[in-house]
Amino acid sequence: MNERGHGSNVFVNTPARHLLGVQGMHPSRITPLLDLAEHYALLNRSRKTPRDLLRGRTLINLFFEDSTRTRTSFELAGKRLGADVVNMSVASSSVNKGETLLDTAATLNAMHTDLLVVRHAQSGAPALLAQKVQASVVNAGDGTHEHPTQALLDALTIRRHFGTFEGLTVAICGDVSHSRVARSNIHLLTAMGCQVRVVGPPTLVPGAIGALGVSIHHTMEDGLRGVDVVMMLRVQRERMKGTQVPSAREYFRFYGLDSRRLALAKPHALVMHPGPMNRGVEIDSRVADSDQSVIREQVEMGVAVRMAVLDTLARGGESA
Amino acid sequence: MKPVLFENSRLIDPASGLDRPGRLLVQGGVIAGTDLPQAEGAPEGAEVIDGGGQLVLCPGLVDMRVTIGEPGFEYRETVLSAAKAAVAGGITTIAVLPNTSPTIDNPALARLLRARGEETGLIDILPYGALTRGCAGTEMAEIGLLAEAGAIAFTDGPHAIADSRTMRQMLTYAKGFGALIVQHPEDPSLARGGCATDGELATRLGLPGIPAAAEAILIARDLRLARMTGGRLHFGHVSTAEGLDLIRRAKADGLRVTCDTAPPYFDLNETVIGDFRTYAKLSPPLRAEADRRAVCAGLADGTIDAIASDHMPCDADDKRQPFAVAAAGGTGLCTLLAVTLAQVHAGNLDMGAAIALLTHRPASVLGSSAGTLAVGAPADLCLFNPDTGWIVRAGDLPGKAQNTPFDGRALEGRVVGTWKKGRRVFGAQAA
Repeated sequence: MNERGHGSNVFVNTPARHLLGVQGMHPSRITPLLDLAEHYALLNRSRKTPRDLLRGRTLINLFFEDSTRTRTSFELAGKRLGADVVNMSVASSSVNKGETLLDTAATLNAMHTDLLVVRHAQSGAPALLAQKVQASVVNAGDGTHEHPTQALLDALTIRRHFGTFEGLTVAICGDVSHSRVARSNIHLLTAMGCQVRVVGPPTLVPGAIGALGVSIHHTMEDGLRGVDVVMMLRVQRERMKGTQVPSAREYFRFYGLDSRRLALAKPHALVMHPGPMNRGVEIDSRVADSDQSVIREQVEMGVAVRMAVLDTLARGGESA
Repeated sequence: MKPVLFENSRLIDPASGLDRPGRLLVQGGVIAGTDLPQAEGAPEGAEVIDGGGQLVLCPGLVDMRVTIGEPGFEYRETVLSAAKAAVAGGITTIAVLPNTSPTIDNPALARLLRARGEETGLIDILPYGALTRGCAGTEMAEIGLLAEAGAIAFTDGPHAIADSRTMRQMLTYAKGFGALIVQHPEDPSLARGGCATDGELATRLGLPGIPAAAEAILIARDLRLARMTGGRLHFGHVSTAEGLDLIRRAKADGLRVTCDTAPPYFDLNETVIGDFRTYAKLSPPLRAEADRRAVCAGLADGTIDAIASDHMPCDADDKRQPFAVAAAGGTGLCTLLAVTLAQVHAGNLDMGAAIALLTHRPASVLGSSAGTLAVGAPADLCLFNPDTGWIVRAGDLPGKAQNTPFDGRALEGRVVGTWKKGRRVFGAQAA
């Protein structure tokens, strides 16, 4: 595929050499990745990861948007498998981001990169890059499109607690419109058999999101009732200055997660957040730090999932 | 100049209602006759073009919405490269949008564009004048002086006049010159930052959306302003069911309003942008299937007055970008006829109606005398085989710009030859 297309479309799986998104990924491809990640989670705890697995391979973290957490997670994942990891932060202030992108692709090709982890502010940028480089591309978040490794790590966290996805109800709450995390999670969790609800003010929930197989709720009281998992999304401060939401305090009053609202969910419901959190805006500190919160476990699973992804792609195996 | 006699062709001239097999004679660069008796031989020294009973001969097409890169963006397209692409598509007259650099907001530039068209010897250029200075949407351009210099109508090209008061003033003032205003029907504040039609696909792709209603909202406002002012109004590249309904009703109410659409809006829907395919990024964005069908219906029932290519050349570097930042627009000159003929082959339009949408009807909207086979008119002609199959290939198109949204589309109908003022400008024996 190139900018002209050639018949491929969004409903067809992307080539197996890259991980560009979760959309279209079949459970038969998701489950082995989660199994492998589970295995790496155990090895990580015992500090006995196979450091020769990716020896001699080069992984470049190419971040056009700042992200300490995701970049560090990929860096650790690569290093724990023995890859040579290089971090490149590319200033995204330039107007011609696309030119930078393709020029960068040409440079990376010349360096014989094996694995390229890309974060970019524009939806579809990793897909564009994937057409131009020989390396396997992992989408580490593109615009408001997808963040596949986040969805995989969220799924792994959920599976570790419930043992299954069947019959679970997950509420994804907050700024769904601008969230790649929400989209990837919706694709993955619905594919695995979960009931997914999205909850947020109508200005932050796209009207067409129902077509992705979720139910839409505009009050937390309605959305959280009886759910097994409450997944909070980060809300950008700039969205709460009167364009989409009047103020942060109004947002917290109606859409923040506090203990009172969490009590509407099932008794041992999990609280998740992709981080970084805005305490007191979308989530109350007592909830974030409570026994029900698995936010730190998500971070731990993040490294394991990324190891599984890098391992799978480096072996040229099946992925999306 | 040698006389040319077209034999054994189906002559179609929507302006006069002509549609029958026949012979057409060109002498001295003008059409000398369309009803030569079969018994009469070719004039002395005439070149004879035999249509073999399969070819259609119609007026050279009149394309009322074309962007070219000149002046200012010659790396995308020059007048000459656009002219070559046009004649390869059977087009002999193009109306050119004014949002160049500089914009066509003074009389000298309008004259320059007309002259540049003549220099090519291939096509006539009918320049649009800028509606506002610099196409910036605020101060009136010199409509009277531009009209005197040959500006055919007035528009800010791909930018709608956002301010209602300004639009009211423009319609009111232009009326004094009988000038036509062409509006890009899209509410600019709803469209701001968007690059795909709001809906499931844009949501899946994480692309900022533009509601389809942005079109109807602006059309509703402008129809009301046209009624208030009596100004003449035309909407370019209309692409939604709701927008067409408003225009259909306004016409039924007797308002002097017209509109055109472009081939992508009746031949493609939004799904072709899947996988972030920037060659299918257009403005207005491609629509849902229901809107595409509504555009087909608008063509069939006559609500739509013209089909224009909406040719918008882009360089590969303008398109090889993440979708939201890539340039919008597609080339359309050499695919205009064949994509329109797909409507004929599909049974939505008869051949005469299709040719009318490409010749006489856009010419009438613009008040141009082009687009007819009238005896004594300049012999601008398009000869085509409606059944020849071909596949559109970006990279192999005539002209400079290759950013077609129809890449890979199999089409039926190909231009065999194009004549400008009696001279062959495209086809096997182009002089």
